[in-house]
Amino acid sequence: MANKTKKKKQTEIFALGNEAVVEGALLAGCDFFAGYPITPSTEIAEEMARRLPCLERGVFIQMEDEIASLGAVIGASLAGRKAMTATSGPGFSLMQEHIGYACITETPLVLVNVMRAGPSTGMPTSPAQADVQQARWGTHGDHPIVVLSAGDVQECLEMTVTAFNFAEKYRTPVILLLDEVTAHTREKITIPDPEGLYIYSRLLPSMPPEWYMPFEDNMRGVSAMPPLGSGYRYHVTGLTHDDHGYPTSKPKEVESFINRLFRKIDQFFYDIQIVDEIQCGDADTCIIAYGCVGRSAELAVQMARERGEKVGLLKLKTLFPFPRPVVEKMLRQCSSVLVPEMNMGQISREVKRVNNGLSKVNTLNRIDGQIITPGEILKKLLKG
Amino acid sequence: MAKVTQLIHNYLRHTKKFPHVFCPGCGHGIVLGSLIRSVHAQGIPKDDIVLVAGIGCSGRIPVYVDFNTVHTTHGRALTFATGIKLANPKLKVIVIMGDGDAMSIGGNHLMHSARRNIGLTALVLNNHIYGMTGGQSSSTTPFGCYSTTTPFGQMEKEFDIAEITKACGANFVARATVMQANLMDRLISTALINPGFNLVEVITPCHTQFGRKNKYKTTVDMYKWLKKNATPIEKYVDMPPEKKKEVVSTGVFSHKDCAGLEERYAQMRQNLNGGAA
Amino acid sequence: MAKKKGQTIVKIYQDWCKGCGICVTFCPSGVLRFNNQGKAEVAHEEECINCGFCEVHCPDFAILVQPKNETGSRKNQTESMKVPASAEDSMNPSNEEIS
Repeated sequence: MANKTKKKKQTEIFALGNEAVVEGALLAGCDFFAGYPITPSTEIAEEMARRLPCLERGVFIQMEDEIASLGAVIGASLAGRKAMTATSGPGFSLMQEHIGYACITETPLVLVNVMRAGPSTGMPTSPAQADVQQARWGTHGDHPIVVLSAGDVQECLEMTVTAFNFAEKYRTPVILLLDEVTAHTREKITIPDPEGLYIYSRLLPSMPPEWYMPFEDNMRGVSAMPPLGSGYRYHVTGLTHDDHGYPTSKPKEVESFINRLFRKIDQFFYDIQIVDEIQCGDADTCIIAYGCVGRSAELAVQMARERGEKVGLLKLKTLFPFPRPVVEKMLRQCSSVLVPEMNMGQISREVKRVNNGLSKVNTLNRIDGQIITPGEILKKLLKG
Repeated sequence: MAKVTQLIHNYLRHTKKFPHVFCPGCGHGIVLGSLIRSVHAQGIPKDDIVLVAGIGCSGRIPVYVDFNTVHTTHGRALTFATGIKLANPKLKVIVIMGDGDAMSIGGNHLMHSARRNIGLTALVLNNHIYGMTGGQSSSTTPFGCYSTTTPFGQMEKEFDIAEITKACGANFVARATVMQANLMDRLISTALINPGFNLVEVITPCHTQFGRKNKYKTTVDMYKWLKKNATPIEKYVDMPPEKKKEVVSTGVFSHKDCAGLEERYAQMRQNLNGGAA
Repeated sequence: MAKKKGQTIVKIYQDWCKGCGICVTFCPSGVLRFNNQGKAEVAHEEECINCGFCEVHCPDFAILVQPKNETGSRKNQTESMKVPASAEDSMNPSNEEIS
C-alpha cells in the first residue's frame, strides 16, 4: 500500500529539455533565477518566470545582460539562496568574468549552458558541443570547476538536481552543458517523488560568529557558509584571501588557498565522477561520448552488437574533473576507442592525454550544425 | 560633536591595518566616516548592512568596516547588490563605486538599476580619474584635463553622473563634495532610508593622480577649489551657462518615494499566491 | 553649539595621521599646525571653538575633539580607542591597567 501511494507521487509529463531543467531545479530547491534571453536557452528563463513567483520565496529577474545575470545569481547565493542562470554560447562568454569570481569566493551556483554552433553568433538554432573546453578553462587564472552534461530530457532533470547538490556540497559553481538538440527535444519524462530525492543544502556554521572562519582550511576543504545578514559578518572578495576572507598576497597563504580550492574537488573525485558504462564488460572497441551524441552512440552500439562486433559505450555525464580512471580502464581494455563529438576534438583531446600510447584513439568530428547520427558512428567503427 | 571619531572607530575592523591604504588627503576616508555616521544615526544594526563595492580605490573601503562586506568585480557591484536585495529584502544594501566603476564599465548596470528602482543605496565616489591603475582618464574626466592616457588634454565630454541617474528614474539623486561632510551626512542618511534606488554622488579629490597633472600643487589646493566652487543646486540653476562650467552643483537633484522593485515583487508574489489559495 | 573658546580638548592620533593638511588649513581658529615630522599637532588648544570641522573631515579618523567637562571618562575613552581588539570591546572599556 505504502508502495502504491509512493508511486502516485511520481508524475509523468511531456517536456522539453529546457523545461526538464526547470523541473529539476525546483526539485533541488532553487528559488532564484536571473537571466537574459538567448536562443536556445530561453525556455528555461520563460518557465522560471512563470513558476518562481508562485513559490513562497521565489524570485525571477531578467537582467540587462549576462554579466549582470550571473552577478545577481552570485549575490543571491551569498544571501543564502539556491540560485541558477541559463545561457548559450555568446552569453557564456560574457559570464566568464563572474565564473572566476564564483570560483575564488567559493559561491555555489548552477549555470546551464545550452551549446549552439559558434564561434561568435554562429548558428543560434543549431547544436554543437564546442564550449566544452571553454567551460573548463574559460575564465582566467587557474581554477577547479565541475562541468556536467546531459544527453536526454530525463537526464536534464536528473543532472540539474545533481548540479545543485555538487554546488552546495563543494561550494563551487557547477556548469551544466546541454546542446540545442537536447534542450529542444520534447519527450516523456518521470518527475521523481521529491521525498525520495537526495537533496543537499549547504552547511551552515554552528560556532559563535567570532570563531567563524569563512574560508577555513579544514579537512573537507569546504567551510560552512552563512547567508549574509545572519550575524556572521565577514568579507567576501575576488582578491586572493586568507582564512578570514581578507585580501592577502603572502606567497604561503596564496599557495595554500589555491591548493585548497583544487583539493576540495580532487578529494571528492569519486563522488563527482558520473559515467554510464554501457556494454563495456567484454568490449573490444569503445565509444566515448556525451550529450546528444551519447544517444546516437547508444543506438550505434546496439547496431554494432547485432553485427557481432564487441562494442561498448562510455557515456560521460561528468566532463570535468575529467573521469580519468574509468577512461583509462577502457583504454587498457580496448584495441581502439572512438570519440565522436560535435566540435574539432575537445574531449578527444582529454582522452588522448590519458591514452599515452595505451590504445588507438579515433575521432569523429562534425561542425556543420548537424547531429552525428548512429549510422555515421557505425560506419566509422567498422572502418576502424 | 565630541564622540564622532570614537563612534567611527567602533565600526571599524580592528584586525585590519590602520591607517588605511588611501593616499594622504584622499576623500574616500571622509566618505567612509560620513557613511558610518549616517548608518549610526539611522540606527541600522551592523548585521543588517551589506556593503558591496567594485574595483578601484573605492573597492578598498569595505574591508575596513565591520559590516557584511562584498568586494566584487569591476563595474558589476550593482548586479551583485541587486541579487542580494532581491534574495533578502530585509537587508540594507549599500553599494560603493568609483566613477570608472559606476559610469564607464558599469554604466549599463547603473542605468538599469535606476530604471528598475531596486532598493539600494549607491554611493559614487567621483574623483574624475582611474586612481588605482595610475591616473588614466575616465568617463568623468572633465574636458581638457590631463591624465596619463590624455597627455594632451581630454577631448571627450564628461558624464554628469547625478543628471544621468536622475534621467534614468532613480528615486533619490543627490551630490555633495567631501568638503561638505554635514551635507553628505544628511544626504546619505536620506539615501539609506528612502525606498527604491538612491544615489549620492560625492566629489572627492585625487591629488596623487589627478591634482598633480592638473595644476593643483597640493592636496589642500584641491580642497580649497572644492570649497570655493561647490554651489547649491537651487543657486546653480539660475547661473549663466558659462559660469556653470566652473562650479560643482550640490544638493538634492531628485527626491521621490516610489516603491522599490523588491516591494513590488513581494506584492506580486502575494497576489499570485493569494489568488491560488 | 557654543562657540566659546577653550571648552574642548583636541587630540590627534599621530600613528594614523598622514599629514594631508586638511585640518591645519581649514581650522577657522588656527588650533593645529604641522610638527617636524609633517604630521598635524595641536598648537593652540585654547583657541578651539568646537566647530568639529577637523573631526568630520579627517580622512584617517585621527582627530578627536572633546568637551573638557567630560574629563572623568576622557582618559579611558581615548586610550581604549587606540587598539581595541574588536568593535564590541571598545564599547565596554575594560582597561584597568590604564586607570
